[in-house]
Amino acid sequence: MNRAFDAVIIGGGILGVATAYELARAGMKNVCVLERHYLASGSTGRCGGGFRQQWSTEANTELAMDSVKRLEVLEEELGYRTEFFQGGYLILAHNEEEEKQFAKNVAMQRKLGLDVSIVDADEAVKIVPYLNKEMIRKATWCPKDGHINPFLLTQGYANAARRLGVQINLWTNVVGIMKKSDTFFVMTETGNTYQTPLLFNCAGGFSRSIGQMLNVEIPVDPYRHEILVTEPVERLWDPMVISFSVGLYARQEKSGGMVMGMGDPNEPVGTFVGSSMKFMYEMAQRFTMLFPKLDKLRIVRQWAGLYEMTADAQPILGPVEEVDNFIQASGFSGHGLMLAPAVSQILADMVVNKSRSEVVESLNVKRLYNMKDVVKEKSVV
Amino acid sequence: MKIICRCQDVTEDEIIAAIRQGATTIDEIRRLVRAGMGSCQGRTCRRLVAQIISRELKTPPAEIYPPTFRPPNRPVAFELIMSELKRQELEDGEKK
Ligand SMILES: Cc1cc2nc3c(=O)[nH]c(=O)nc-3n(C[C@H](O)[C@H](O)[C@H](O)COP(=O)(O)OP(=O)(O)OC[C@H]3O[C@@H](n4cnc5c(N)ncnc54)[C@H](O)[C@@H]3O)c2cc1C
Ligand code: FES
Repeated sequence: MNRAFDAVIIGGGILGVATAYELARAGMKNVCVLERHYLASGSTGRCGGGFRQQWSTEANTELAMDSVKRLEVLEEELGYRTEFFQGGYLILAHNEEEEKQFAKNVAMQRKLGLDVSIVDADEAVKIVPYLNKEMIRKATWCPKDGHINPFLLTQGYANAARRLGVQINLWTNVVGIMKKSDTFFVMTETGNTYQTPLLFNCAGGFSRSIGQMLNVEIPVDPYRHEILVTEPVERLWDPMVISFSVGLYARQEKSGGMVMGMGDPNEPVGTFVGSSMKFMYEMAQRFTMLFPKLDKLRIVRQWAGLYEMTADAQPILGPVEEVDNFIQASGFSGHGLMLAPAVSQILADMVVNKSRSEVVESLNVKRLYNMKDVVKEKSVV
Repeated sequence: MKIICRCQDVTEDEIIAAIRQGATTIDEIRRLVRAGMGSCQGRTCRRLVAQIISRELKTPPAEIYPPTFRPPNRPVAFELIMSELKRQELEDGEKK
C-alpha cells in the first residue's frame, strides 16, 4: 500500500473531514485523513449541533457568518441531507451587565452585516414559548442562525471527499511524528508510516499531544462538557435558546427530542467523557427554572464530549513558526462545528492557492504564547 | 420492508445503507439512521443491529466495537429529579 500523500490530516472530526474535502475541491490530488476511531467519534459526534453568528469578537463573528453562507449551499453541493435548519438563535439577557454587553455585540455584528436585533421579554416569549418571562430583561435574536445534525454533516463531507479521491483511514491511531528535511513521517500504532510534505493537526481535544510529537506547543486544554436529550415531544419551538448566566442551551431535534447542555466552571482539565449524576440534577434545576412548565419532559440519554479550550476561547489556525507546513485547525473552544465550513475552506485556499486571510493570521498560535493582542470571546456556554 | 428499530421506525434497508457508507459500529448506526435512539435506547434493537453488521461485513459478532452505555436506565422526568432533590434537601435539613 502506498503511504505517500500530498497532505495528511490527523483527526476525522468535522475539521479534518471538511478540510480534506476542501483541499480536494481546490485541486489537491492525494489527501489522506487518519482517524483513530470512527468518523465524528470525538467532539463532533457529541456536540449540540448549533450554529450561530452572534459572537462577541469580530473574528468569530466573521468566520461564523462565512460558515452559514457555506452551509446554505452545502446540502446541494455535497448531495447529502444534513438536517440543516435555520430556526434562529435567541440569546437571553438576565441582568444589566448582559444587556450592555449584548448591545455592544449587536452593534459590532450589525456592522459586519448580520441580521440581528434586540427584542424585549414579550417578543422573546413569542419566539420561544414557555420561557419564564420574569427572568428575562432582553434578548438578542438572529433568525439566520440554526442547527444541523453534526454526524450527517461529517458523513456528507466524507462521502463527497471520497468521491474526489480522498482516502479516509479509520481505526488508525497516530503515535509519533518525525520530520526529515521537507517530509513528515507519521507513525501509527500498528506500525505503518505515512509520508507527506503537508500535515494538518485537526485532533480536537488531543491537538496538544499531536503538537508535542513535533515539539510544538499547542495550548489547547480539553474539558468534559455534558449534554442530554429528552423523549420526543410535539413541536415546541424552532430556535436554539441560550442563557450565559443560567449556563444552558436548548433546542429541539427534527425528530422531537429536546437537546440541552450546560457549562460547568468546576470541570477539571482532562479527557474523561463519562456521564455524571451531578449533571442530571444540575440540568434539571436550571432547565425547570427557565422553563417551569416543561418539567414533564423525560430524559432518555445523557452523554459527554470534550470542549477544546484556548485562553481566549478562539481557535488556533494556520502555520507554526518552528515547523514549516504543519497547519493547525484546533482549539475551537466549544464551537468548532459551526466554524468548520469556513475555516476548512480558508485553510485549503491558503495552502493550495497561497491566498492570505487576515482572520486566520489573527488567530495564529503565536498570540497565545505572548498573550499580546488577545481579545477573549465572552459568548461561551 | 423489515423494521429493525421499533422505537424509531428504522428499516433493515436503512441500516444496510449506513453500513455501505462505511459504518462498522453500533454507535455509528445509531447516529446515522437513529436506530437505537428511541425510548428503549436500543435495548430491543441493539442485538438485531449487531447481527446485520456482522452479516454484512462478515465479521464475527464478538469483534463488533461495543456501543457506549449511558444513563439514565429508563426515561426520567425533570419533575421527578426535582422532587428527589427537594426530598434530599429536607432530609439534610432534618439532620442539621
Ligand atoms: C457537548 C458538546 C456540545 C457542543 N455543542 C456545539 C454546538 O452546538 N455548536 C458547535 O459549533 N460546536 C459545539 N461543540 C464543539 C464542537 O463539538 C467541536 O468544537 C468540534 O466538533 C471540533 O471538531 P474537531 O474536528 O476539531 O474535533 P473532534 O471532533 O474531536 O475530532 C478530532 C478527532 O481526532 C481524533 N484523534 C485524536 N488524536 C488522534 C491520534 N493521535 N490519531 C488519530 N486520530 C486522533 C479523535 O478521535 C477525533 O475523532 C460542542 C462540544 C461538546 C462536547
Ligand atoms: S427499538 Fe430501537 S431504540 Fe427502541
